Amino acid sequence: MSTVNKIYLEDRSIVTPGDLIAEGDFQIPWSPYFYKINNKYYSSITGLLEVKGNVFEVIPLEGNRYFPKVGDTVIGLIEDIEIYGWILDIKSPYSAYLPALSVLGRPVSPGEDLRRYLNVGDYVVAKIETYDRTINPILSVKGKNLGRVANGIVIDIPPVKVPRVVGKNKSMLDTLTEETGCEILVAQNGRILANCANKIIEEALISAIRLIERESHIKGLTEKIRKFLREKLGENKNDANAKTSTNT
Amino acid sequence: MMQMQKPRLILDNGLRVDGRKPDEMRPIRIELGILKNADGSALFEMGNTKVIAAVYGPKEMHPRHLALPDRAVLRVRYHMTPFSTDKRKNPAPSRREIELSKVIREALESAVLVELFPRTVIDVFMEVIQADAGTRLVSLMSASLALADAGVPMRDLIAGVAVGKVDGILVLDLNEPEDMWGEADMPVALMPSLKQVALLQLNGNLTPQEFRQGLEMAQRGIETIYNLQKEAIKKKYAEYREE
Repeated sequence: MSTVNKIYLEDRSIVTPGDLIAEGDFQIPWSPYFYKINNKYYSSITGLLEVKGNVFEVIPLEGNRYFPKVGDTVIGLIEDIEIYGWILDIKSPYSAYLPALSVLGRPVSPGEDLRRYLNVGDYVVAKIETYDRTINPILSVKGKNLGRVANGIVIDIPPVKVPRVVGKNKSMLDTLTEETGCEILVAQNGRILANCANKIIEEALISAIRLIERESHIKGLTEKIRKFLREKLGENKNDANAKTSTNT
Repeated sequence: MMQMQKPRLILDNGLRVDGRKPDEMRPIRIELGILKNADGSALFEMGNTKVIAAVYGPKEMHPRHLALPDRAVLRVRYHMTPFSTDKRKNPAPSRREIELSKVIREALESAVLVELFPRTVIDVFMEVIQADAGTRLVSLMSASLALADAGVPMRDLIAGVAVGKVDGILVLDLNEPEDMWGEADMPVALMPSLKQVALLQLNGNLTPQEFRQGLEMAQRGIETIYNLQKEAIKKKYAEYREE
């Protein structure tokens, strides 16, 4: 390496578009959130800078769109039905296509109505099978825990907040699961599927998620959420028996 | 309202009609995220000039054939509200507004990383709430902040200010009478971190020396505005930090 790598900003500082982050030649994966001109790295969005040793990462703080990545698990909302598949909204600039072949495991027979399997308004947990700049994402439901959402609630959050709801080493997600006892699936495109024992827990979970959304850039949020949920739920925690008494 | 005779624009004490020094800008107020329905929005006030900008997208382009295969399309609308001027303005887009939309679009295209979103469209709307000279730059700045608020990747924020010549003296950030009666008006917009020009127009006459001097003056003003813009973006997050 001929040049000296230098990071100009501190860990956890807020960057705005055009901020000079670092100079040199870093071995870091490509990201749309920064760009490089003449060995200088600039931020391209409003975000949080994370410095780990001699690498850095820009975590976006704003943005309502999800940028598809092959292999991501997403929750799509069916918008339209075609002859051989469905068109899904995955909160991205591109709508996704789910071929019927992947759902049925066999080709569509002529004249078959796909409405019987998935209808407009259904949520589907799926994986992104192919996507690049030239084609819209194509989804697949082949795999464990993929397919139509039969029960539970879907909570929408801005996709940029997904890393915070999951947390480092899933710390935040573990906290949410532990404290509420819900089954939670966080899809990369900013939709959360939750199966809770009762309405009270469900509502507490939603307000906890809204809190994470609002204060996503604060340190020590996991502990705050834990306290928040304990306060809110009290003895209701993990109580599947509460279902009958509170669900009426 | 309309004065038929040119007033004195530089007073005996060297100050301007509104009491500013030649290199003094009007007070600036910036607010982000003011609209709920838009993906990103911003309000930018510079003295009496007041503009709201809203950004939608990137989203799928309809009709499909208008989309570009290698980059996002920017659709930009600059519009003056009927009540923004002292005489009612016809709300239909005028020749001037169509031209300014194009000029602003081209400035924004140089900043937004449009190559990241092929086949999509980004809509940018700007409404001039109150006009008092310099609306194109205030619109451009509010649009760039609205884009930042929407999380659209950009090379840099755009900051701009006009320089002009009134009564033979170079002044920064013209107001309405100075714009109307002055000898020259030169709006300059830069991407300050990259030291690149996003927009530069000149109406009137300046000598090469005045031009250079004016550009330097504008640069100094832009530096101040740029810092205010960054501050406005960060303000949202500072509130929570203190906890």
